[in-house]
Amino acid sequence: MGIGRHIDRQAARRLLTIRIIVLLTAILGINYVVWRWLFSVNWDAWWIAVPLVLAETYSLVDSLLFGLAMWRLKERGEPPPAPPGLTVDVLIATYNEPIELVMNTARAALAIDYPHQTWVLDDGNRADLRAAAEAEGIGWITRSSEWADRPRHAKAGNLNNALLVTEGEFLLILDADQVPSPTILDRTLGYFDDPQMALVQTPQWFVNVPEDDPLGSQAPLFYGPIQQGKDGWNAAFFCGSNAIIRREALMQLGVSRYADEVEAGVQRALRTARSVLRQARRGLDDGEVAVRRALDSIEHDIGRARRELARGEALMDVTYRFQQRVAAVRRELVASDLTALQSDLAAIAELERSADEADDGLAGVDLSALDQLSAREWSPLGAVETVQALVDAVDVDLGSEAQPIMPMATISVTEDMATCMRLHGLGWRTAYHDEVLAHGLAPEDLATMLTQRLRWAQGTVQVMFRENPLLQRRLRWGQRLMYFATMWSYLSGFAALVYLAAPIVYLTIGVLPVQAISTEFFLRLVPFLVVNQLLFFVVAAGRPTWRGQQYSLALFPVWIKSFTSAFGNVFLGRSLDFAVTPKTRQEDTGPAWHLVRPQLWAMAALVAAAVAGLVRIGTGQASAAGTTFNLLWVGFDLAIFSVIIKAARYRGFDAGAPAPIPERARRGAA
Amino acid sequence: MIEFAVDTTPEGIGVVTPKGRLNMSSARGLKEILDGLVSDGTSKIVVDLAETTFLDSSGLGALIAGLKAARQSGGDLRVARPTEAVLTVFKLTNLDRVLRPRDSVEGAFDA
Repeated sequence: MGIGRHIDRQAARRLLTIRIIVLLTAILGINYVVWRWLFSVNWDAWWIAVPLVLAETYSLVDSLLFGLAMWRLKERGEPPPAPPGLTVDVLIATYNEPIELVMNTARAALAIDYPHQTWVLDDGNRADLRAAAEAEGIGWITRSSEWADRPRHAKAGNLNNALLVTEGEFLLILDADQVPSPTILDRTLGYFDDPQMALVQTPQWFVNVPEDDPLGSQAPLFYGPIQQGKDGWNAAFFCGSNAIIRREALMQLGVSRYADEVEAGVQRALRTARSVLRQARRGLDDGEVAVRRALDSIEHDIGRARRELARGEALMDVTYRFQQRVAAVRRELVASDLTALQSDLAAIAELERSADEADDGLAGVDLSALDQLSAREWSPLGAVETVQALVDAVDVDLGSEAQPIMPMATISVTEDMATCMRLHGLGWRTAYHDEVLAHGLAPEDLATMLTQRLRWAQGTVQVMFRENPLLQRRLRWGQRLMYFATMWSYLSGFAALVYLAAPIVYLTIGVLPVQAISTEFFLRLVPFLVVNQLLFFVVAAGRPTWRGQQYSLALFPVWIKSFTSAFGNVFLGRSLDFAVTPKTRQEDTGPAWHLVRPQLWAMAALVAAAVAGLVRIGTGQASAAGTTFNLLWVGFDLAIFSVIIKAARYRGFDAGAPAPIPERARRGAA
Repeated sequence: MIEFAVDTTPEGIGVVTPKGRLNMSSARGLKEILDGLVSDGTSKIVVDLAETTFLDSSGLGALIAGLKAARQSGGDLRVARPTEAVLTVFKLTNLDRVLRPRDSVEGAFDA
């Protein structure tokens, strides 16, 4: 008791300290940025001044959102005890990882103390993995036949498939390389005493990472204060592995998404159907009275169906009636028009094919296919057939999908965050339990690490474009902002570009984006920077944060690419060039300089600019104050980017850490 | 535990009555019964929920799977006489927007 109260008091004092610093950071930050906008933008050099003040505003918003999370930092401490008698399925998702790696995780899963069932979800459908698992009494699940020729939705699809095969009330989800502790369920199931608790996330921690973490694999700030801060707003989110989920929450989500998607799909199909009909009618001769009457009657039915939907009639009743009437009209028409049928049938087949390829999870039929169809010239019978195909395509079964119920979101390559946001939208709660209960493997080479970061960033930006949290009416404002904060942080690539360009511009051609490097400038900027770092220092409480800060700027090409590729994917229908993160080390071919060329060019430009700045000051062309300030800035940028050199030269983790192999010998082999 | 009563009306409509709790463990039983009816040629089905005391999302999932199977064979699946508890779940998940519960088994296919 006494100790518990002592800890409570300590936590309360810590939170108070954090809140004071958050307030100070916010006040000083706003004070600085407002002054920048109103009084210190050098409008004559707007081409660099405006980007800079925008970048600074971006950073201020980032800092405010971080502060908002920290305001409610929630340290849960000891978890409630796990009640006996719950049923749990442990699901290990695998695609192409080595069998021994999967089995190592599976054995550890089997050894979890709390009674449970262990399953390997093998998306690779490998006979030898099946044999290995079943020999040790571990269940093996692969996709059912319904998935053949349908969008597979990667890991989300793999989990959705398993959800319909398993029965436990709770699911522990593990990546193939996340080895669970025996206590993982005993330490987390207690949170589900709260009947509204849908999910408990625990940290991801990697064992194959050296102390100095050259690839920035550990995310000590994220799996710690950031998730704890989100937790305070009931917005701690699912990170794909090491989480326990209540099945009922996921299934409920699946059913309600199904209802939404069927509705959206039917509405869209009816809209397109009407424009297909109008096209067809335009091509009619005056003599074809019977045909015209048939098309009119269907258009009338479309209007009626839409009115019925608007009145709130159940979708299945509306579509059932509509289908029956279209079928009747079609029977009448078949006799009257057969000439242009052949080419139409081909186009209809095309519709069904493109419905299969659509992977945005929204009722199967993708927009571009619909547009193509409605632009086409139709024979009347072809038009009727098309209308029917359209409505059938989005009817109850979401025909293009393997399962009507997809609990795990499929709108993004990072299904976890999107799913969790929807769970919060349905009113469920989540918890973040800050105790390492699984030990994973991180990428050990730069290429794999970059692929992984790109994937996360793309997924997050995809969700931002497809289901922007700020627009989710069912989320509370705190939750919207917490989700948005994560997305916002991935936009840092653009700010990084400006932070690189500004000192280079000054040092080389002497253009200053601010009106003056004055005392006032420093008086407003420096205190903000200091309290901002102080906030990091206090919330981190000894956890390393520098790597994270470095990578948030140094990976700017990755962040920019994630934004542009996700934009192209969501709005222009382009492929994401999606790649599964390899779990094993890639073949070593020496330092991977080619992967970080933009960063190397940036560093070279910074150094060159520094030299130019020194020359200019030596020849009396630049002021000492401005040059010094910008040289310090260049120094800071170089310190940030130095991690890239370290990462490119990293040779992978060596547990025994023998003497490093000489660099030159390695490079000779490349 | 749950029991399923299965009847066929003179009009050839299959009537399935789950008696008890339709939850995670019993949903699969319902799904198998519905699939069985459809594959035996009964594609018009009414699920009578009057004696279903509890329904969770897995139960809803089984209903949707049955609906899919029935529609694909040219028929339909309708639900009738849900209890208050069951209706709540329909509303919570928006499924009432998709499937309108009917007041009686006999009239389920009338409109």
